[in-house]
Amino acid sequence: MNPTASDTASNPMTTPKTAAASATGGHGKGFLKNNLREYGLLISLVAIMVFFQVMTDGTLFQPLNLTNLILQNSYIIVMALGMLLVIVAGHIDLSVGSVSGFIGAVAAVLMVNHDVNPLLTGVLCLALGGLIGAAQGYWVAFFKIPSFIVTLAGMLVFKGLALAVLQGSSVGPFPPEFQLLSTGFIPDPFHGEGVRVASLVLGIALALLMLVGKVRGRAERVRHGMDNEPWIFFLLKNLVFAGMIGAFSYLLASYRGLPNVLIVMLLLMLVYDFVTSRTTLGRRIYALGGNEKAARLSGIKTERLSFYTFVNMGVLSALAGLIFAARLNTATPKAGLGFELDVIAACFIGGASASGGVGKVLGAVIGAFIMGVMNNGMSIMGIGIDYQQVIKGLVLLAAVCIDVYNRKK
Amino acid sequence: MRGIKKSFHGVRALSDVNLTVRPGEIHAIVGENGAGKSTLMKVLSGVYPYGEYEGEIRFEGRPCAFRGIGDSEHQGIIIIHQELALVPLLSIAENIFLGNEQSRWGVIDGTATHLKTQALLKKVGLNEAPDTLVTHLGVGKQQLIEIAKALSKEVKLLILDEPTASLNETDSDALLELLLELQRNGIACILISHKLNEISKVADSITILRDGATVASLDCRDTPVSEDTVIRHMVGREMADRYPRRVPQIGEVVFEVKDWWVHHEVHPEREVIKGVNLHVRRGEVVGIAGLMGAGRTELAMSIFGRTYGRNIRGEVHMNGRSVDTSNVEKAIANGIAYVTEDRKGYGLVLDETIAWNTTLANLPAVSTRSVINEGREFSVAEEYRRKLAIRSPDVFARTVNLSGGNQQKVVLSKWLFSDPQLLILDEPTRGIDVGAKYEIYTIIAQLAAEGKSVLMISSEMPELLGMCDRICVLNEGSFVAEFSAAEATQEKIMRSIVNAGAH
Repeated sequence: MNPTASDTASNPMTTPKTAAASATGGHGKGFLKNNLREYGLLISLVAIMVFFQVMTDGTLFQPLNLTNLILQNSYIIVMALGMLLVIVAGHIDLSVGSVSGFIGAVAAVLMVNHDVNPLLTGVLCLALGGLIGAAQGYWVAFFKIPSFIVTLAGMLVFKGLALAVLQGSSVGPFPPEFQLLSTGFIPDPFHGEGVRVASLVLGIALALLMLVGKVRGRAERVRHGMDNEPWIFFLLKNLVFAGMIGAFSYLLASYRGLPNVLIVMLLLMLVYDFVTSRTTLGRRIYALGGNEKAARLSGIKTERLSFYTFVNMGVLSALAGLIFAARLNTATPKAGLGFELDVIAACFIGGASASGGVGKVLGAVIGAFIMGVMNNGMSIMGIGIDYQQVIKGLVLLAAVCIDVYNRKK
Repeated sequence: MRGIKKSFHGVRALSDVNLTVRPGEIHAIVGENGAGKSTLMKVLSGVYPYGEYEGEIRFEGRPCAFRGIGDSEHQGIIIIHQELALVPLLSIAENIFLGNEQSRWGVIDGTATHLKTQALLKKVGLNEAPDTLVTHLGVGKQQLIEIAKALSKEVKLLILDEPTASLNETDSDALLELLLELQRNGIACILISHKLNEISKVADSITILRDGATVASLDCRDTPVSEDTVIRHMVGREMADRYPRRVPQIGEVVFEVKDWWVHHEVHPEREVIKGVNLHVRRGEVVGIAGLMGAGRTELAMSIFGRTYGRNIRGEVHMNGRSVDTSNVEKAIANGIAYVTEDRKGYGLVLDETIAWNTTLANLPAVSTRSVINEGREFSVAEEYRRKLAIRSPDVFARTVNLSGGNQQKVVLSKWLFSDPQLLILDEPTRGIDVGAKYEIYTIIAQLAAEGKSVLMISSEMPELLGMCDRICVLNEGSFVAEFSAAEATQEKIMRSIVNAGAH
């Protein structure tokens, strides 16, 4: 467009000084240094797993325990997906624990006291969750009331409502179809001896599918000359990842197979990862959190977007509430207590920034697993709940400190 | 200061700087962005403590080894940064004595504070009550309070980093006048500024930095130094022409705003824009001149998706057709783009890359069914990086790491990619060095040649005179004069503003 600009006027600027602004790094060591954050998280998860595997004399990776680990953390991960969006958009949601408890209570009352069909109950509850999210998001997005305050209020309100709905007592048990959500495993038509073949095949297929997708994505980027990740890192990272999926599915398959809830979780993870990293919607949420004013002046409907992140959060809280209730097979007034803290911690350990605009879905999932493995491992080791809390708190602080330190460099 | 060297992570910021300020003189430091002015001042004021740099600092004959700002302030060297360091919700008095409270055993002596503040305010010529909250004052007055704060610490050498960058002409003049007053009281002053006309007004000597080294030290007490000389030293070559030559090819009216009224966003009873009419033709560059607070940005933003103001009335026409610009999306869809005056606050998502920012206002163009095609995004960003000569190794550099001029080009890329017919540029060269300014001008000229309409808001009159085909003068929400390129002069524009105020 303007051939003159660069050759007539730029002499003072062609010095390497301005060019030194590069942030993407080159190859090998430099690349690793710049992307330590991404790999660091995965490495920490593996390190923590190995640590507890050793400390618990191999109990951690036993098929039964692994299955439990996933079941125990499923609802946290489901909520972490929504929370990540909320945090990236520059907000916070403190009410998710109470909301999930409240939804569990509503589901229990509907199914047990009113004999509503479990499927219909599920749909109604998810819709109710969305409505709750909308009610809170409305104040945050359109009235600019800080989300911290709105959702703090929500936390109290729904904790109270859960008590009211249950009238102070536990309600259960649920119809068996509902329990399948948490305690079911995908069926195995092959009746394999010792190993659930269908689960294993599914797991390995999933790993391969992911590998193929990543390789194709990379080829596409390389074709445009825009990939700067050395192939050795790319290969290592993805092989490790695929290997982990394969190994996990083998371990799980040697117990009762892949839990239904794991499938739900994986699907959600894939969808949310895709939406945040590849779609205009995701891009706009990051823009909103990164610089709301710039986003607004770029034609992004920032208010509506904030609103929808809360609606989404409400639906996922409801889903988490259903999963949790199904797992306990009863709805108690204490359900959901303190979940919000684990969920928020997972996002921050996973690299989300409290000021918005930064964070990845897979980071939040890994963050949730780091918390989960620590909970599980420390329980097996017989560390009391008191010191478990202390250690978890310190790990959260350390993770965020390291993150901030890395970013400053 | 002699032989000052300083590097950051192996990148040399200052390679060999010498600076001598004589007692009681006003010493200007000029240089392009990134030449090392601010770094040098941070070395001098102890922000970078002794040991982190090489070279020698002598003050009043003694070598100095400052370990922090406290040390240098103790010696009477005080720096006032470009971004003012006042607490908005504290009073003037509280701000002036912040960290230096007039107290006895930790209890603040209100009377002493008040009296001393009054004396200081009188010195800087500010007629405000000491207990006024700083947030209620304009930037110009805040600047004076910073100076009063410096005076309260018995300053001997005052360093001002771009003090007039955000001031209007009247406030700037008052500030410069105050510097001369301080000079008469024996206070030396280092003035960092881009505005050469101000420097020639007050400075006794000028030191010019380029690429982290002193390239010239000129004495201008007796023989005035021409602006061209200074610019030549700054950019290291003759700058024959500060504006690109262009042959305007002006077509039919593209954009027109009719009877446009806007009320203040916070005080809805105040009218900010009062029934304005304006049009821009194809290929035309129209300038809007006016003082700070005349309503220029307010006019632009109210047109661009009503991002400013309340009770907005009036009509916007594009190509003779009335269009709806009631939100940003619609304004963009109707071919209007607004390049903000505040690129960091309103223009860029600084944490993200060049590519990311380039496509932000027109994501659908690089997406298929809402899925972003990274390859397409990359090639678009690459294209604009080359066209606009954005200096960065690739489009994956985070915009926070770019210089002001390059950031501005990224913002421009973003809006050019939205393919507008009318481009509203609000202070397009604010805080950008001379070389990059010329590049921005070239881009503007090229856009006009391509048939885009450009509406350019600027506080720098030479820039308007150099670039525009027509200049409209806005004062207190109304247009008070309009000049063609041929007839416009700085004097005429200023006179029209002054005369309008007299009525």
